[in-house]
Formats: sequence, C-alpha cells, structure tokens
Amino acid sequence: MENKLIVSPSPHIHGGDTIGKNMYGVLIALVPAFLVSLYYFGLGALIVTLTSVSACVLFEYLIQKFLMKEEPTLCDGSAILTGVLLAFNLPSNLPVWIILIGALAAIGIGKMSFGGLGNNIFNPALVGRVFLLISFPAQMTTWPVPGHFPMTYTDAQTGATVLSALQEGVTDLPSFMDMLIGHMGGSLGEVGAIALILGFLFMLARKIITWHIPVTILVTVAVFSGIMHAIDPVRYVSPLVQLLSGGLLLGAIFMATDYVTSPMSKKGMVVYSVGIGLLTVIIRLFGSYPEGMSFAILIMNAFTPLINSYMKPKHFGGK
Amino acid sequence: MILIAVISLGAIGAIGAIVLYAASKKFEVYEDPRIAQIQEVLPGANCGGCGYPGCGGFAGTCVKASSLNGLMCPVGGSEVMGKIAAILGMEAASAEPTVAVVRCNGTCENRPQTNRYDGVRSCAIATSLYGGETGCTYGCLGYGDCVKACAFDAIRINPLTGIAEVDEEKCTSCGACVKACPKNIIELRKKGPKGRRVFVSCVNKDKGVTAKKACSAACIGCSLCLKQCEFGAITIENNVSYIDYTKCRLCRKCVDVCPTHAIREVNFPPKKKKEEGAATAQTVARPAAQAKAAPAATAKATTDVAAPAAIKTTAPVETKATETGAAAAPVAPSETGAPVNDNNQK
Amino acid sequence: MLRTFRIGGVHPPENKLSAGKPITPLAIPAQVIIPLSQHIGAPAQAVVKKGDMVKVGTLIGKSGGFVSANIHSSVSGKVNKIDNVLDASGYKRPAVIIDVTGDEWEESIDRSETLEKNCTLEPKEIIDKITACGIVGLGGATFPTQVKLTPPPGNKADLVIINAVECEPYLTSDHSLMLEKPEEILVGVTLLMKAVNVSKAVIGIENNKKDAIALLTRLSAGYPGIEVMPLKVQYPQGGEKQLIDAVIRKQVKSGALPISAGALVQNVGTAYAVYEAVQKNKPLVERVVTVTGKGVSNPSNFLVRIGTPINLLIDAAGGIPEDTGKIIGGGPMMGKALITPEVPVTKGSSGVLILSKEESARKPASNCIRCAKCVSACPMGLNPALLARSSSFSNWEIAEKNYITDCIECGSCSFTCPAHRPLLDFIRLGKGKVMGIIRARKS
Repeated sequence: MENKLIVSPSPHIHGGDTIGKNMYGVLIALVPAFLVSLYYFGLGALIVTLTSVSACVLFEYLIQKFLMKEEPTLCDGSAILTGVLLAFNLPSNLPVWIILIGALAAIGIGKMSFGGLGNNIFNPALVGRVFLLISFPAQMTTWPVPGHFPMTYTDAQTGATVLSALQEGVTDLPSFMDMLIGHMGGSLGEVGAIALILGFLFMLARKIITWHIPVTILVTVAVFSGIMHAIDPVRYVSPLVQLLSGGLLLGAIFMATDYVTSPMSKKGMVVYSVGIGLLTVIIRLFGSYPEGMSFAILIMNAFTPLINSYMKPKHFGGK
Repeated sequence: MILIAVISLGAIGAIGAIVLYAASKKFEVYEDPRIAQIQEVLPGANCGGCGYPGCGGFAGTCVKASSLNGLMCPVGGSEVMGKIAAILGMEAASAEPTVAVVRCNGTCENRPQTNRYDGVRSCAIATSLYGGETGCTYGCLGYGDCVKACAFDAIRINPLTGIAEVDEEKCTSCGACVKACPKNIIELRKKGPKGRRVFVSCVNKDKGVTAKKACSAACIGCSLCLKQCEFGAITIENNVSYIDYTKCRLCRKCVDVCPTHAIREVNFPPKKKKEEGAATAQTVARPAAQAKAAPAATAKATTDVAAPAAIKTTAPVETKATETGAAAAPVAPSETGAPVNDNNQK
Repeated sequence: MLRTFRIGGVHPPENKLSAGKPITPLAIPAQVIIPLSQHIGAPAQAVVKKGDMVKVGTLIGKSGGFVSANIHSSVSGKVNKIDNVLDASGYKRPAVIIDVTGDEWEESIDRSETLEKNCTLEPKEIIDKITACGIVGLGGATFPTQVKLTPPPGNKADLVIINAVECEPYLTSDHSLMLEKPEEILVGVTLLMKAVNVSKAVIGIENNKKDAIALLTRLSAGYPGIEVMPLKVQYPQGGEKQLIDAVIRKQVKSGALPISAGALVQNVGTAYAVYEAVQKNKPLVERVVTVTGKGVSNPSNFLVRIGTPINLLIDAAGGIPEDTGKIIGGGPMMGKALITPEVPVTKGSSGVLILSKEESARKPASNCIRCAKCVSACPMGLNPALLARSSSFSNWEIAEKNYITDCIECGSCSFTCPAHRPLLDFIRLGKGKVMGIIRARKS
C-alpha cells in the first residue's frame, strides 16, 4: 500500500483565503494614501516609510528567531503592515533613530511581548506611535509644510496641523478642498482624505473588512461634534473639519479595523466604534492633546476582550 | 506638629486593629484543624485522582468519613493513607499500589499503516472521525491525549513504536490518562511484587483473523491462555483475553503459550537460567542498592528499554531458551540477570 | 432578489462537473455488502442467515427501534455471511454480504416505468408503506422518514419543503434526478403532503440549476399546492434550518425541532423514493450517486444498487486517478474521507468525490488573528473561533453557554479561516462532549 489515502475530518476544501492575502490587501489599500504623502512630503515620506517598514520587519525576524526561537513568519505581511501604519502616523521629518525606537516599541512591546500576531491586545503601530509621542513630544509635533515633491528631509520647513492650530486658537484653517486632497500639515499618511476613502472602498470590495467600524466611528464623531458645534459654534469647529482633520480617517479605516484588536461580533464592533468616536472628540475638544485618535483606539482596544464576552454574534433563532 | 501626626496615625491604626479583630471574631468560620493537618501530608498535586476536587476536598471528605474504606490517595499510596489514618485515629484501608498500563502492542512493525490521518493530532478527534490509521480500530493512536492529561510527566509517546508508554517511577496511578484515552486502552493494574506484572496487551475485539491481519501482535481470542491458567484469572470476552490481576499469580504460563505474544510480562528477570534464578533472588538487595546509587538517568533508561525489550524478546525466550537468552542479554540492563526495575522495593 | 438564509453562509466554487450527465444504471456487482446501519438511530436486526436465498427487495434487516429503518436486499442471490465490515463510518459494523446470482425481484414490486399518479391510500397507510420500504432522508443525514412524518404531539406541519438545493459543491445526483424523474418527484411530494395532511409544498432549488427549475415549474402546474422556489446559491442552504429560514423566513429556536416552525423538510431524492415505495411497492434498494472530481476522466451520475463497493463506481467513471489523495463519501464540505475505496454505497451516499493529493493536503495552521471571518460565515450565528478555543482547552462550560450544540457541522468556518485553523475539528469534538454532559445532567 504505497498510495495511502488521506483521511481527515470535513470540510475537505478551503476557500483559499490566507492571512497574507488580507495583510497585502490592506497594504494595497494604503498605496493611494502613500502616493499622496509622497507628493506633498517628498523625500521625507519615502525615508520615514522605508525606515519604519524595514525596522519592523527586521525586529520581528530577530525576535522570532532568537528570542522566541520559532520559525519567523515574515511572509504573512503583518510586520510590513505595522511598519507602514507606524510610518503613516509619524511626521515626515522625524529622524531615523527615533523611527527605529518607535519600530522597536511597536514590534517588541506592542506585538511580540504578547506572543506575536494574534495575541497582542493593542494595535502595535499605535503602541509605537504613542510611545514616541510621549517620549519625544517636540519632534512628534512639528509637522513639515506640504510642498510638491520636496527633496528635503529633517530640514523641512515646519508648520502646524489643523488640530494643533485649533488648540492654539488659530482660526486660519486650510480650505475644505485642501483638506480633501491632503494639502495640509500632518502625519505623512493621514492627510489625503480622498486617497484614504479609496483604500476603504477597496478593502470593502475585497471583503477584507466590513463597513461597521469605520462608518460607525465617523458617524459618532460627526454627531457628537455636531452637537457641540450647535451648542457653541465659536469654541467648537464644525463636524466636517473634525472628520477631515488629523488622523481620524486613517485611524477609523486602517487602525481601528485591525483584526486582532477589534471585537469579533458586529454588535461589538459598533459599541467599540462608538467608544472610539466619543473618546476622540472628548480628547480633541477638552484634552490637552490636540489629537485623540490614537489614544481613543488604544483605550477601546483594552475593552475589546470585555466587549467580546458581552456582545455575542446574532444567534440563529435567537432574539 | 509631629506629635499630632503620630497620635492621629496611631489612633487610626488602633481603631483599624480593633475593627479587624472584632470582625475576625464575629465572622470566624470554624474549620476542623485536622483538615489542615491532612492537607499537610497529602502530596498537594490536586490531580483529582481520588475523585474529589483537589487535595483540600479529599481532606475534608476524610475528616467527615466514618471510615477510610474506599478513600484512597492514589498518588501518596498507603504510606500517606497511613498517616491520614494516624491523624484521624482510624484504620487505614489497605490498598495495593497500582500503575497505569497501556494495553496495546501495535507498533509500527506489528501494525502496518493503511491510511494517513491529516486532522488535528488528537486521539479524541480522530476517534470521533474513524478507527485510526491502521487496520486495527481498537489500538493506540499515538496522538498523545494521555500525555496531555498526565500532570506528572509520566506518560509519553515512544517515537519508535508510536505507542504511549508509562514511566512507572513517575506514574502515580491517578487515572487521568485512563479517562483521557478515547480507546479505553489504558488500565490501572496492580503494580505487583517488584513491579512484576502479566497482562494482555491488546484490546482488539475483532475476530482472530481480522485482528491478526491488522496487527501481528493482536490477541486473537484463541483461548490457549485460558486453558493454561490454573488460577482462573483469565477470561475471554468479545474475542479478547483479559487477565484479572487480583487472581493472577504471575506464573507466566500464559505468556509462553500466546501465539501472537499479545500477553506481556514486565519487570521479570530473563528466564534463561533457572538455577541462577534463586541466586538472583538472594542478591536482589545488591542490585537494588546499586539502582539507588545510580543516577536518575540510568533508571529512566532502564524503563525505556524495558518495555520494547519485553515486547520483542520475552516470548521467544521460552521457545528457544538458550539462544534468545543470549540475544536478550545485550538489551537487558545487566548481564547478571538482575531485575530490570526494582522501583517497588523500598 | 432571490431568497436565501439570513445569517452567514459561504459560496465555495461549485464545480458541478457531472451536471447534465444522464443517470446511467451501473452493472450489478458480483457481491454486495449491505450494512445494517445505514441510517441515524438503532441499527437494523438481521433477519436472514448465512446460506439464505434472497431476491431484490427481500427484507434482510428489520428496523431495530423507533428511530431505525428496514433494510432490503438490493440484489438476488445467496447470503454469504453476516460479518463486521468497514463502512463509510470508518469503523467495522455489522453488514450482510450477498453473492449475486441473476436479477430476480420480489413479485410485489411494480417494475414498469408507467407513471402512477393516483393514490387512494389514507395518510396512515402511506406512512406504513414508507416504513416498510425503509425510506430514509437521502440528502445525507439518513434520518428515517417515517419518524419525521409522525411529529411529536403538539407539532403540526402546515407546509412541506422539498430540499432540492444540493448546495454541496461537485454533487449533482439530485439535479440529475430532477431532470429525469420530475413527474415522479411531484407525485412523491403530493404523497408527502397527503401523509402529513397539508395542502402546500415548496420545492427549493438553488439558482444554479436553471433547467431543473424551469422543468419543475412547468410541470408543477398540474399538481395543486406545489410551488417551485428558486433560491440564491449559498452554502449551507441544504441545512434543514437554513432552508426553512430561506423559504418561509422563520428561524427555528435553539434546541427546537425544525417542525416547530411548521415546516416539514424532505429531500427531493426522498420524495422520489417515497413515490417508488408507495406507488410501486419498491423498497429503497438503489439510489443515484455522483462520481466526480477534477482528476476523474468521466464524472457521472450512476444509478447504483445499495451495497455496491465504491471502487466499482470509480472504475466505471474512468478509474482512480494517479495522484488520488482523498476519496470522499459525499460532498467536499460535509462528506467523510474514506479509508479504502472498498466500502459499500449506502442509502446516504449522495456522491463519491476524488481529490488529488494537492487538493486534499491541509495547510499548516497559524495563530488566530481574530479576523471574525468565521463569525461572518457561520450560518448558525455562532462564534466558531471561541468555540474551537474553549473546546481545545476542554472548557465545556463556555462552549455550552455559547451554543456549541447548535453547530450543524457545515464546515463554513474551517473553509473560511485565513489562518487555516481546523476550527470544525475542535468544535465537533466539543459538541459531542457537551451533548454528553447535557444528557448526563438530564438523566
């Protein structure tokens, strides 16, 4: 009997979906946003992204190989994705050595210390970003002024973001059109609203994510900041500015939807997203930081296990 | 200033102490002090082998029980039960030590593979799917559910045979593996004098021809052993023989007649020289002392070697006494024919 | 908008290679092996012994309990022996082995091809005939039909749903039957309606069988109360609860019988078997079996006598391909992998699927990334990742609380999982354990 039959429990076929396919799908969805940032921030955007990605991949490889003594799983693309998302959350004039620290914090603390992909509680890229934001507040909050393929890096001319300007009471904001196409200061991946929405539509079409998290976050932010705007239009800016400024779109579409750290049921996703939306607006309007998206997502990440245990999927034949 | 601070802090401390003391007196729960004493002598592994929830549960049951009959800590054995009896001022129920025994001889050689399993490596899952990778639907699957169940690291899958093997030194006879095995192959049997046991190492209920076709070491239910046994210890049911360890006198006649060598004997000295058998018995103390002195690694090695050696060599020993005696010698740990494993000897 | 069930579901590649192929009768083999338990419930008790002569249709196994079914000889010849034989379950179970001589049928069986439309029997008599002929659900679950037709007191069907969705990829046996025996099926449906005293029946057919939908819609005009409903292609629509949800928009409560929603579901093959049993006195001795697979040179639909070894079917379809990895009894989603091709065709064998080595190899599993794709795919609205995890850690309480017993083992979760985790392997184990625990608690 050379030709032994294989026996295994059903099902005997697989849909062919892999972790890699999902991760690379998200990466493809990030391409338009990357092109936009390349246009406005030029060389800086390229250097920051390349440094961040290669550092994340390298750290993941080293940690898996030498610390955890297991087969490195670079091919699934999750380290590349963390690298890109981390870079997208950084100003494009950040020095390389800070990026390396951020990558180490993202991969080492945010992901591998919990046991690697699938076991982390917090979104690794955001752990890296927040780590840097707290450690290097000055560098992390000076933003290069957008240009047209500028070939400057750390010596770029700096300016304010919409949100930091608001915090300081400045009322001279970029036009609505500029905000849509991304002609404003900010982290390198968060500026191109249209490009980010394109990425969202791509992921929806490929069924990588569902609409629940991004749409709920945006709706919550719009409604809550709309109420505040209605109460006092002078102190609180219009919901539209809130939606298009800062990392809200990037966070809602790409960071909050991270598989590992978001709830599993649709109901849970909605609860989680409402939480993120509310916290973001609260931090933005009443906190000392101009931007609250990363903190909001990290806080709600911590609630995900709890949400998972209370928000069950809609059960067949149930209420 | 300092004085006020000291006084006020002291006062808070004093009030807190009084409240706590009062509370502890008021809400005190009386617990039989003997429970704590018994827990002291118990092994503390919380394996559940006694059938109660952990050592604490067992201790509580012992204190409440009117007699210790039926209560047994399989890990601690009669020694611990004796201590418990002393604490409670009762008679200890005497129970002979038992050990887990894997009743399957279906090594890769004996039991050719007929298909390849590609599901989760779990005996329970494979069993719920089908009979197994070989023609024998009763035998050990070798995916190690028992290994996972064992809290004492006393059972493992031998990579050469693909069958679970028990490390007698570590086995506490808690019965976790017995419960974990979906094929009901593992049984707790009396450890026997000097660890010597005779048992049918097969549970295949198929008819002789089918069983033999699937596994060359299967019990074929031929009942030769039944006819041979003088003590009525052997019964045959569903085409498979079973030796009742309470009746078996370890004469080993059944081992000799079994045509498929399905009956195994363990921890017996090689049978080659009858006259030297007595000498061995006299010198038992010496090898035992050696064994104690020898490093743990040697002891482990002996158990590892003992099982496969027993499978292959014990039965031919009888038919071709002289030749196989010599053949067995290199496998056996000592050439003098000392007992392989004297772990039972204190 | 076509209807389908409302929670979860996947759409595996259909691969209906043998669609449109006519039903070819397979030559009677030299020996048949007829297992005594071909249905859910108690095995039948053998009523023949070695050396007995039997004809086609002779009762050889008598129903062994309330949930059980009669077994009939599918050939004429001599009983060789009654022995334990490896069947599709993967275990050796009692079976009657018959050496074939000729092809002589019991006289009571009407073998003519004429359509018998009229039936004057009372419901009770119809059910009795179905019981006598050993009819079981032919969709694969093999639940004895007469038990389903006599619902427990307090339950009353007001609709018969005929399951003709054939949602498993590859399989086409029901499809071919609908194309070749449409009138017989419709008469069978009418008989089922009469047996449970309802006036309405819906035949649910997935929209990838347009020819069958057109044909049955046209013919059903002559049968009052029968409606054909095309359904959106979605796996596992053939699940009883899913089909009820798709057709009448009612979800059966957790733990309740499907009849509690007022619908009685029967497979289309069963309807045909009921027709043959009631109108022609023919017991269930043969069925349509699809033999298929990408490596099979001639994927076909065969009319096969129960008990024929599966390797004869494969030979007739062009032989076992060189790089065969798996032979599956049934479809790729819920079928059972066979240990050898010598196992016999039983009442529940809807197909034989041959997968190549490459197709059958499972990919190594990696960590769960909690992407919740299994949650979206689960047609019962469960959380497969959670159930599989609690089951692998033997945490039966959590598994029970999260309705592990509602799992229908459709395999959508494992099919979807991007980390290739064998979710269903664990869930099936946990389901069995939890059901055991619940039973023990009740008694």
